[in-house]
Amino acid sequence: MTFVRTIWLITRKDLLIEARSKEILFTTLFFAVSSVLVFAFGFVREGRAVEDAAAGILWIAIAFSGTLALGRAFERERQSETLRALMIAPIPRPALYLGKLLGIVLLLAAVEAIIVPLVSLMFQAPLFTHAWLTLGLLAAGTIGFAAVGTLFAAMLVRARSRDVLLPVLLYPITIPVIIAGVRGTSALLQAEVDLPMARLWLSMLVFFDVVFVTLALWTFEPVMTE
Amino acid sequence: MSTPGGDLDFTTLTLTDVTRSFGRRRALNRVSLHARAGETIALLGPNGAGKSTLLSIIATLLAPTSGEVRYGPHEGLRAGAALRARLGLLGHDLYIYPELSPAENLRFFAKVYGVEDVERCIADALDHAGLSHRRDDPVSGFSRGMRQRLALERALLHAPRLALLDEPFTGLDDAATHALRQRLATLRNSGCIVLITTHDLETIEGIVDRAMVLRNGVAVELPVGAGSLRQRYRASLTPLSSSR
Repeated sequence: MTFVRTIWLITRKDLLIEARSKEILFTTLFFAVSSVLVFAFGFVREGRAVEDAAAGILWIAIAFSGTLALGRAFERERQSETLRALMIAPIPRPALYLGKLLGIVLLLAAVEAIIVPLVSLMFQAPLFTHAWLTLGLLAAGTIGFAAVGTLFAAMLVRARSRDVLLPVLLYPITIPVIIAGVRGTSALLQAEVDLPMARLWLSMLVFFDVVFVTLALWTFEPVMTE
Repeated sequence: MSTPGGDLDFTTLTLTDVTRSFGRRRALNRVSLHARAGETIALLGPNGAGKSTLLSIIATLLAPTSGEVRYGPHEGLRAGAALRARLGLLGHDLYIYPELSPAENLRFFAKVYGVEDVERCIADALDHAGLSHRRDDPVSGFSRGMRQRLALERALLHAPRLALLDEPFTGLDDAATHALRQRLATLRNSGCIVLITTHDLETIEGIVDRAMVLRNGVAVELPVGAGSLRQRYRASLTPLSSSR
């Protein structure tokens, strides 16, 4: 079986389970939408949003709801110990990691498809003016965040206090990704759009993605063997 | 059947002085075992004796602290995916996705193991498990016994050379127990090495070739002799009980 086919097999299985239960999608979406609405009440006065708030709120909603999705995605594998069945299967462990990562990225993409228009509407943020750059920032930021998160969620799957430990470990490591996402998006939302700055932050995000995914692929097998 | 990662086969399993510690606690202490193709061996012992730990080590899920596990000429952790393709593990937890149907579970694992003719293989497995009529129902609605039967077929789907069965009779009714005994006989005839852990000694009487008893991480071969498996097992535990 090819490496790519294995990745797709794992992702497809995760998406099929999610399509049946809709558990992660609904909880993550509900949390993300609630966050945006609460922030909208705090930061929008008389129909005008606080300057530069939209980018931060968008990325906070993505990061927090992403943490929720990561925890649940691996909790599901823990309940029937199916992660052990995957570990004993004759598939490359990096393919297992990438399959889980792709599933989480697609799930977060579905959440972003709802909250990006919502943020745009609530904060009068022109997120679609430079749609391709916005899309690039969201894709690169989500991959970077999920790359670290997938590794940590897998590592913590047997830890008793995994729900507490996941954000404690995840946020400090992914701060560069969140900062790059916020600054890049801000550059697109300010009165005078700063395209070179947005591209610079996008390049930084791609760099973080390459570093994080490489490190995760390198460490996934040893950390999961025990 | 194509073997993912290459064709690797073996006809013996050899454990030499396998020790495993968790912190200061020693779960297994210099366990040695040799099994040949077609042998069925029972791993007996009280709760917490180290049976599941031993199965996890043989399944390459845990690394021994010291000692060696060899599958024919191959060393476990180094052989990687090609070796794992020849192992079948039924754990105490069942390793099946409750949200999926039996057919979907089996299809996923059949593809993961690179099984050829997936649909025929699924039909055979469901037939063995007696679940053909429930093939498209979600597993979450199944009883423990039905899940156990499905989990066993999942573990044996790819015709492994080495089957590691942790408490395979849990939750099974009389008919399913009888079917499993027959299935184990078929495995033996096909040259599969089977290691079973169970407390259900009457059920495995006559289908295991020999038995090992694990006590406080130490393994001793259960002597062949007069009396039932249960009587011999109790006799092997007596020195420990009387010394307490």
